Amino acid sequence: MNKIVEKEQFSENVFKLVVEAPDVAVNRKAGHFVIIKLGEKGERIPLTIAGSDPERGTIDLVIQRVGVTSHKLTALNVGDTITDLVGPLGQATHIEKVGTVLAACGGVGTAPMLPIIEALKKAGNRIITVLAARTKELIILEDQMRQFSDEVIVMTDDGSYGTKGLVTKGMEDVINREKVDKSFVIGPAIMMKFAALTTKKYNIPTEASLNTIMVDGTGMCGACRITVGGKTKFVCVDGPEFDAHQVNFDEMLMRLGAYKDEEVRAFEAYLNN
Amino acid sequence: MENITDYYKSERAQDWRTEIRKSVKVKERTSMERTKMPEQEPTVRNKNSLEVNLGLVEKIALKEAQRCIDCPDPTCVKGCPVSIYIPKFIKKIEIGDFLGAATVLKETNTLPAVCGRVCPQEKQCEAQCFYTIKLNQPPVAIGYLERFAADYERNSGKTAIPEVAKPNGIKVASIGSGPASLAWSADMVKMGYDVTVFEALHEIGGVLKYGIPEFRLPNSIVDFEIDNLEKMGVKFVKNFVVGKTATIDDLRAKGFKAFFVGSGAGLPRFMNIPGENSIGIFSSNEYLTRVNLMGAAKEDHDTPVIIGKNVAVIGGGNTAMDSVRTAKRLGAERAMIIYRRSREEMPARLEEVHHAIDEEIEFLNLNNPVSYIADDKGRVQKMLVQKMELGEPDASGRRRPIPIEGSEYEIEVDEVVVAVGVSPNPLIPATVAGLETTKWGTIVVNDDLQSSVEDIFAGGDIVRGGATVILAMGDGRKAAAAMDKYITEKIKK
Ligand SMILES: Cc1cc2nc3c(=O)[nH]c(=O)nc-3n(C[C@H](O)[C@H](O)[C@H](O)COP(=O)(O)OP(=O)(O)OC[C@H]3O[C@@H](n4cnc5c(N)ncnc54)[C@H](O)[C@@H]3O)c2cc1C
Ligand SMILES: Cc1cc2nc3c(=O)[nH]c(=O)nc-3n(C[C@H](O)[C@H](O)[C@H](O)COP(=O)(O)OP(=O)(O)OC[C@H]3O[C@@H](n4cnc5c(N)ncnc54)[C@H](O)[C@@H]3O)c2cc1C
Ligand code: SF4
Ligand code: SF4
Ligand code: FES
Repeated sequence: MNKIVEKEQFSENVFKLVVEAPDVAVNRKAGHFVIIKLGEKGERIPLTIAGSDPERGTIDLVIQRVGVTSHKLTALNVGDTITDLVGPLGQATHIEKVGTVLAACGGVGTAPMLPIIEALKKAGNRIITVLAARTKELIILEDQMRQFSDEVIVMTDDGSYGTKGLVTKGMEDVINREKVDKSFVIGPAIMMKFAALTTKKYNIPTEASLNTIMVDGTGMCGACRITVGGKTKFVCVDGPEFDAHQVNFDEMLMRLGAYKDEEVRAFEAYLNN
Repeated sequence: MENITDYYKSERAQDWRTEIRKSVKVKERTSMERTKMPEQEPTVRNKNSLEVNLGLVEKIALKEAQRCIDCPDPTCVKGCPVSIYIPKFIKKIEIGDFLGAATVLKETNTLPAVCGRVCPQEKQCEAQCFYTIKLNQPPVAIGYLERFAADYERNSGKTAIPEVAKPNGIKVASIGSGPASLAWSADMVKMGYDVTVFEALHEIGGVLKYGIPEFRLPNSIVDFEIDNLEKMGVKFVKNFVVGKTATIDDLRAKGFKAFFVGSGAGLPRFMNIPGENSIGIFSSNEYLTRVNLMGAAKEDHDTPVIIGKNVAVIGGGNTAMDSVRTAKRLGAERAMIIYRRSREEMPARLEEVHHAIDEEIEFLNLNNPVSYIADDKGRVQKMLVQKMELGEPDASGRRRPIPIEGSEYEIEVDEVVVAVGVSPNPLIPATVAGLETTKWGTIVVNDDLQSSVEDIFAGGDIVRGGATVILAMGDGRKAAAAMDKYITEKIKK
């Protein structure tokens, strides 16, 4: 049982929860995630650890509501508990000083990016962040991202905030302007696919953090498997970060849709009661 | 124990044993027929998740117990990996002392209700029974009787919580909560240790919970045993991945003096053939975990699972049988086993194979998948299968399957479960400096089940690769004894 000690709403569908998890708070590093489960009948879902306070024994989760479990989770309030929480899982981000890093975030991909740029910044890198979303309300964590970025470029599809255009345009503007040594891309699979194609054109080493479907998160089931460089990998133990130029994003997009019908049905049932 | 033969002799010479032995003539005993296990009707049970075997009633158990002739040299015991004193417990049943029978079982077996159900008896105790080796008759139904006595005790409400020694305040921990760790924890807590079991998942029990289905081993039976361990003082910590949530070093710093690694062989193997990542193709671990651990087939649970119409399960072991029978229960019209060798070579328990046949599972033996074909949404639609023939025996003694060129044909499938084996969980070896492993990733241990790091012992599937429940439990007990010796010599002084 892990108690929720703080809750904040970032936008219509994005929330931050601060949760008690002392062991996780001490041992987690950038790139790690947890798996949570609500109630006896709940499902297990992965969430990135966006930050932590080891002294207080808490971790930060930033959650975008998409289906049943994320709705149930964000409906909880301060004082409520999460039935099961396990972590930190996955491989930590490889942090080193490379020079200039271009961090491209799509939508809720900003949350997992935050601890990564924090660590990269502390390692002495220059950080240029592109925050992209469909529309102004979906741009989240802007202040926190600014804290660890040398520059933040905001892009919205509809031009309601920042520059109008897709994340890839923001990225190319930077790449055409100055030398970029490494890129990190996190967001919806389709966004990562195109972001990876963009950096590939310019031969910039790129890491993507993959958000596949998971069950156990400990390497036991293979639900999270994807193809990287022609080999099957398990995102939960081999990742979640991989060389974006090697990832088969088309396969990943396909696998993400595995339970689409079931999810839609479950969500409708959830809304109706 | 003093000389085991002397022990058997003196036990067997006790009055009650002699008396019951003499009460029925040997001839009469050996002319009785082996009891059949009452079971749910195949066409009923293949639509529900209730236990297939219903268990023996007292009268029948007594009769089956009579078949055992109480051999002076009980060869059956040699077939049991934990040397249950089989004739003694069976004779206790024959005199109607069912609780006494359960006590005999628990002398060497922590989870008799589990083993009575899932042991491959036909390869172990029953394979060595006098009836099998000398009379060429069906063996005494040792497994059924073991289950009977254990169930009787559980249902009687008189389960004795074993006595535990005065707490010695020494902290020890296991990694994983499968049968190996459960058996280890029972012995350690009895010796007075402060025992903590760390489990990565949100449920205790390992494969007993997430793997073996309800229709073979109801969770309530496992939970009952876990409750008893808790009453004895074992602490269970769920949602704790040793190596991630905390390392063994962190735990040492918290005062743990020795560790038992029972982390199992949980990593699924795939065949790495084209199309294997299509939607609808699962590892057996994923499929069984979704259904057993997450309740995916139940309407009110949040985890989804694909319900297939034409389901192919690849493999011939217990895991494959459990998967294919689960698929049938979830409504598959065609539930098929695809196995590259013949039926005789299948490693599954014999009873499961028979049950599967009765439940209208199709067996496509001497067949092997070569690739999968998906529809435009990426969902598996067909599989290409190649026919096989058997060649010379290989290292395992089984005849090697050889593909028949040009024999490929297609089968329509909308769900596939890959059950071709598992590998050891690499997390502990990867996070403990100096821990020696084999090239297969299993932990290297000496005869005391001690690893190359002196305060770390290991047993069960992480040492053996995929093995059995009873072997895992035997390891847990052996490691407990050795750990106690290690602590007494190294630390207590
Ligand atoms: C390593 C990892 C880290 C993650 N970190 C975070 C995080 O920090 N914050 C966060 O909000 N989410 C994160 N996710 C995604 C999160 O796990 C899913 O959003 C969640 O499982 C959805 O569960 P649900 O029951 O609410 O929705 P579901 O009912 O499972 O899905 C509802 C709808 O959303 C779509 N969907 C489901 N999962 C995803 C996905 N991963 N990406 C895009 N669409 C999806 C489905 O196709 C469906 O249409 C992470 C995923 C992984 C693998
Ligand atoms: C579907 C199926 C059917 C089977 N049927 C039979 C049968 O009929 N008869 C039979 O005898 N055998 C059967 N077996 C085999 C038997 O279940 C195993 O041999 C036995 O469970 C091994 O026990 P174990 O204690 O070594 O490990 P497991 O039961 O595998 O338990 C290991 C536990 O450790 C946990 N763990 C792993 N790493 C960590 C970590 N780092 N930190 C914390 N926890 C961790 C895992 O989550 C797991 O719960 C079957 C196996 C399967 C999969
Ligand atoms: S534990 Fe298994 S092998 Fe031993 S007697 Fe019981 S059923 Fe037979
Ligand atoms: S070998 Fe068979 S008959 Fe003899 S004691 Fe064992 S179970 Fe009884
Ligand atoms: S989520 Fe099960 S193996 Fe990765």
